Amino acid sequence: MVTSPQPSPRGEGAKMQSKEQILSLLSEIPDPEIPVITIKDLGVLRDVIVHENEVEVIITPTYSGCPAMKQIEDDILSTLKKNSIENAKVKMVYHPAWTTDWLSDEAKEKLRKYGIAPPEKTTSDKGALMGKEKVLACPRCGSKNTVMISQFGSTACKALFQCSDCKEAFDYFKCI
Amino acid sequence: MTKQEALFNYLLRLGDTSLILAQRNGEWCGHGPFLEEDLALTNIALDLIGQSNALLNYAAQVEGKGRTADELAFHRTEREFYNTILVEQSNGDYAKTILRQFLCDAFDFYLYTELVKSKDETLAAIAAKSIKEITYHLRHTSSWVERLGDGTEESHTRIQDALNELWRFTGELFEMNQVDTILIQEGIAVDLNLIKPMWESKIKEVLERATLKIPANAFMQRGSRDAKHTEHLGYILAEMQSLPRAFPDAKW
Repeated sequence: MVTSPQPSPRGEGAKMQSKEQILSLLSEIPDPEIPVITIKDLGVLRDVIVHENEVEVIITPTYSGCPAMKQIEDDILSTLKKNSIENAKVKMVYHPAWTTDWLSDEAKEKLRKYGIAPPEKTTSDKGALMGKEKVLACPRCGSKNTVMISQFGSTACKALFQCSDCKEAFDYFKCI
Repeated sequence: MTKQEALFNYLLRLGDTSLILAQRNGEWCGHGPFLEEDLALTNIALDLIGQSNALLNYAAQVEGKGRTADELAFHRTEREFYNTILVEQSNGDYAKTILRQFLCDAFDFYLYTELVKSKDETLAAIAAKSIKEITYHLRHTSSWVERLGDGTEESHTRIQDALNELWRFTGELFEMNQVDTILIQEGIAVDLNLIKPMWESKIKEVLERATLKIPANAFMQRGSRDAKHTEHLGYILAEMQSLPRAFPDAKW
């Protein structure tokens, strides 16, 4: 008598999805602090590894002490759970170190529309943050007549500026 | 001493130093001289907590006794902490806090720049992450040291007083022991004799611009390599650890 292969004890519902499917699910998760961009846009979501019975999601922090990381981890696990993936873990890595260069042009445009000036190039970023160069355009009126108010802003990744023309204060996403 | 014991101690040195400095800066939350500096000091504190968390997580892993980073931070006594005695000194006024941060930033800048090349991959990755933040902090504190030193008579006096008081805690930053010998041999740790001239030249450059004078023939206090501290550390730990010690099962 020929025995047919035993069905998986976890049943059909728990069938692992492919890496691409999982990545596309997770790509929809918004950043908890800047909800107009996703954790994929931001470069925090690095990779997904599908093990035999477990899914491992690799993330990296923007700044070492970013308090949103725990929230992002919870969001990833709950998204996976909603899609019947119970056995999952999130691993935080530090290498390669996060850089604003990972933000796509599309993500930068989303930031600007949201009222956050996107990161400049490294050289002009330094000039702007030292208050030496007027290179940052106000995300609301576009004027470059802007001044730095504070090198540190509402979150670790931002500095605070003000537009001298429309008078609006705005966040600048620091270049690192 | 085994290589593992040396690495555990080295990671505590780095992690405890970031943690205690973060706790000190955190005391300024809501008390900064003005809003922007309140934000700056707490942002710097947040980066330091992040760095400390990474280092203590790794320390716990290296130790291999099932302790977590939180247990290392909240369930050790002051005679088990290896942070430099400079970081535990009281905040004093804003000039003293900024000067303490500047002395540490300059030291960390050269230390972590070298640690990026460490043969220990985890430590190198943490260093590569941290150096970006440290560079930004150093830029900020250098400009404030210069502004206060070369500012009014009052600000000059205050920051010179701070330098006179804190200078005696800088000698210990470069002290090495068996831990360093073992780890330098393995290509893991940084030879502190190597970064000392770089640190001195940076300090000299900024202090000159700030019209400040390094105290001559200062006595140098030491102790932290042997987990011996000034009286301040016990009070810091009492405040920092009281909640997790009172409610050890608390989760948030």
